[in-house]
Amino acid sequence: MAYLQGSFPLLARCELAPGVFSFTISCPEIAAQAQAGQFVHVRVEGFTLRRPISICSFDRAAGTVRIVFEVRGRGTERLSHCKTGEMLDLLGPLGNGFSAVKPGEKLIVVGGGIGVPPMLQAAKAAGADATAIIGFRTAGAVILKEEFEALGCDTRLATDDGSAGYHGFVTGLLKQRLAEGAAALICACGPMPMLKGVVALADEYGIPSEVSLEERMGCGIGACLVCACKTVKDGREIYSHVCKDGPVFNGNEVVF
Amino acid sequence: MKPSMKVTIAGVELKNPVITASGCCGYGREYDRLYPMEKLGGISLKGMTLEERQGNPPCRIAETPSGMLNSVGLQNPGVEAFLRDELPNLTGRDVVKIANVAGSSIEDYCAIAERLDGSAVDMLEVNISCPNVKHGGASFGADCTMASQVVSEMRRRTKKPLMVKLTPNVTDIVSIARAVEDAGADAVSLINTVLAMRIDIKTRRPVLHNNVGGLSGPAVFPIAVRMVWQVANAVKVPVIGMGGIEKWQDAIEMMMAGAQAIQIGAALFYDPYTPLRVLEGMERWMEQNGVSDINEIVGAVRPW
Repeated sequence: MAYLQGSFPLLARCELAPGVFSFTISCPEIAAQAQAGQFVHVRVEGFTLRRPISICSFDRAAGTVRIVFEVRGRGTERLSHCKTGEMLDLLGPLGNGFSAVKPGEKLIVVGGGIGVPPMLQAAKAAGADATAIIGFRTAGAVILKEEFEALGCDTRLATDDGSAGYHGFVTGLLKQRLAEGAAALICACGPMPMLKGVVALADEYGIPSEVSLEERMGCGIGACLVCACKTVKDGREIYSHVCKDGPVFNGNEVVF
Repeated sequence: MKPSMKVTIAGVELKNPVITASGCCGYGREYDRLYPMEKLGGISLKGMTLEERQGNPPCRIAETPSGMLNSVGLQNPGVEAFLRDELPNLTGRDVVKIANVAGSSIEDYCAIAERLDGSAVDMLEVNISCPNVKHGGASFGADCTMASQVVSEMRRRTKKPLMVKLTPNVTDIVSIARAVEDAGADAVSLINTVLAMRIDIKTRRPVLHNNVGGLSGPAVFPIAVRMVWQVANAVKVPVIGMGGIEKWQDAIEMMMAGAQAIQIGAALFYDPYTPLRVLEGMERWMEQNGVSDINEIVGAVRPW
């Protein structure tokens, strides 16, 4: 695990859905090392704490990293106003990413809301061998659907209110997908109740699962120990740290 | 000629007065990946207890204007795991290693002190000021008699220099500083975090699961300067100043208040290179101001 800190120019920005922004940043050094599921720790002018934001995708050849984030408070609000050409102070790539499946093996990625973006890079290598199950509150909040389709993924959409795609949660779609056939790995990111449901289904079908967690963070590199999450190690419940031990954990390690 | 940055604290020589503060730099591994720890004068390692501690449930951090609250609750692997798994990574390296020691009883503090006595640790920082644990911690640091007892008992059990870390959450920090000096402390470091609280008005819940936590960052800097100045005027042992230092100007100011060395904590989180920036800035300022030895500015403030 190597990481670095520096200032990098914002190449492109757009608002994918109300309050959800996509930033493409030129940072070849980070792109060169990044893995699907890792994050960057973004400094926001005027705020003490950096904001951990998962990497949505990277392009090593172009030397770019793309992050997609939701405005949740004043920090992300300030960040969302960054203009093209402005410099962004990033620390990254940080944490442990998702495992890759072997060529030809089936992968299922499951994302809920702002947990959808990191699944894009996770699905990339598997392409048509990946099923992407993505869920949102409502039709207006749907993001990245066409991009999963462009990767060749079997893309399935759910909305809580039924305004687009399947009416219900991603776990309903996951159940349908698992009834159709097995997969080598299920990767997921989203709210804790969703992850709990995904891991339970994965266990039921005997498929390994990996989940990406979120917690309020300090240093981002494992030095300050604030981003604690309860996990099981060697049969014992302990506090692991999302930034260094995660953000991606084996589904069965997490105490929901 | 390059100005001399060397300082000596309780007989231990530091190549420069910049130390990373306990709880902010783990056991030195994480920031070591960005720049070698040898650039620092010293590292104050994550607070350790006799036995492993899991710490407080999350949420353990909250942002505040110009600062942050934390309530980690001394999560650490315990002194044995520290000696086995962490200290070897630092042994033999040219950086002063300060073990931050915490306990819930005087016996705990003494047992750790004895265990570290023959180790490669250069100095012990006696943490009688952690605001985030139920037993021990700041309860020892808020009472002259208790503080004095911890230090005098530890003094008899170790030959390592003892630096006592003081809490600002007291009416009169000077009397605590005097008490630990009389009990045999070789140095004092201050300030630990300021007890504080945030509430989420939507949920009507405290942001921190521990309800309260310690405030650090630039918000506490002027409080730290005031307390360092008061303590430095009252004790003969060296004072190590900390609390919200983020710029070289802050470090100079803290030293003028009376600190012989400084620690940097929360600023690492937003700028991991803070210690190096501070050092460069201090050296440049010394050259521009004809200060050839950093010790010249210690306590150099001219009060009205």
